[in-house]
Amino acid sequence: MTDRLTQARQFIEAIPHSRALGMTFESLRDGVAVLSMPYDPRFVGDPATGVIHGGAVSALMDTASGAAVISHPAMPGVTATLDLRIDYMRPATPGQRIRARAECYHMTRSVAFVRVTATDEDESRPVASATGAFTVDRPAEGAKS
Amino acid sequence: MTLRPKPEPVQVVKQRRDNALRRLVEGVPYIGFLGIQFDRRGDELTAMLPFREDLIGNPLLPALHGGATAAFLEVAAIIELSWSTLWEDMESGTLDPGSVDAAHMPPLPKTIDFTVDYLRSGLPRDAYARARVNRSGRRYASVHVEAWQDNRSRLFAQATGHFLMPPRHG
Repeated sequence: MTDRLTQARQFIEAIPHSRALGMTFESLRDGVAVLSMPYDPRFVGDPATGVIHGGAVSALMDTASGAAVISHPAMPGVTATLDLRIDYMRPATPGQRIRARAECYHMTRSVAFVRVTATDEDESRPVASATGAFTVDRPAEGAKS
Repeated sequence: MTLRPKPEPVQVVKQRRDNALRRLVEGVPYIGFLGIQFDRRGDELTAMLPFREDLIGNPLLPALHGGATAAFLEVAAIIELSWSTLWEDMESGTLDPGSVDAAHMPPLPKTIDFTVDYLRSGLPRDAYARARVNRSGRRYASVHVEAWQDNRSRLFAQATGHFLMPPRHG
C-alpha cells in the first residue's frame, strides 16, 4: 500500500465517531473503500425487531464515502460531505455485520461524486445505497505538502 | 347552557404527555447511544444533541461527523412523526397513554429514503433540530428537518425523508 493510502487509512481510523461505532477497514485502494461495522445492541433503532438504526448505517456509508474520496489519486487534500442521499431498501438482519463499499466515480476541481452500497451477510440483497457529493478542499496556501 | 366537564389538572396532562414521549424515546437504544434528548413545549418537539468528543468526524477542524449529523436528523424526523401520531391518538382518546409501555410501543415508521444537505460544518457544540411533517398519509409520510447550533437562523444541516407508516389500529 502506498504512503498516500496508508495516510488516508490512518486518518479515517482515527476519527472518533467511526471508532465509537466500531468501524474497521476491509480494503482501500484508489477511490474505492470498503468498511464494516459490527452488529451492536446499542445501535438498534427499532426495539420491536432489533434492527440497526438507519442513522448508524448512514454513518458507515458516509465514512466509507469520505474514505473513497480521500483515497482518490486526484484528491489534493481533505473533504467534507455536501450532500448524501440514502435509500433504505430493507432492514439489516439483526446480529449480522454491515459492510459499506464506496466508490468515488468522478472528481472535479471542486467536487467529488460518490456511490456507496451497504450489505449484511446476504450480499445479493443490499440493505441501503446512497449517492453523495463531497467537497474537494485544497490545503491552505503555505501549508502544501 | 351546557355543563362542560371540569378540565384535568395541568400537571396530570403534562405528566401523561411527558411519559408518553419518554417511553417513545427511551425505547430506542441508538438514541441513547448518541445522547439525543427531546424538549417538549405543547406538541412541539426540539431534539438536542449534546456535544461529545466521540461525535467528531474531522479531528483537524474539529467538526461533527457527517454520519452523526445524519443520524441526529433522522432520529428527530422519526420521533416527530411517531409523536404526531401518538399525540393525535392520545388527544382523541383512541389510545390509552397508560397502555404505552416498553412492551407495547406503537410500531415506528420505517425510513424509505433520507436526503441530507450539509450547509456548514458542525461545530464542536450542542446541536438542535426541529422536524416538520409535511405530509402524513395512511402509508407514506414526508418529513423535513432543520438543525442548527448557536443561531436558529443559521442552519448547519437540513434533510428531507420519506417514511413508510406502520399499519394503524389493527
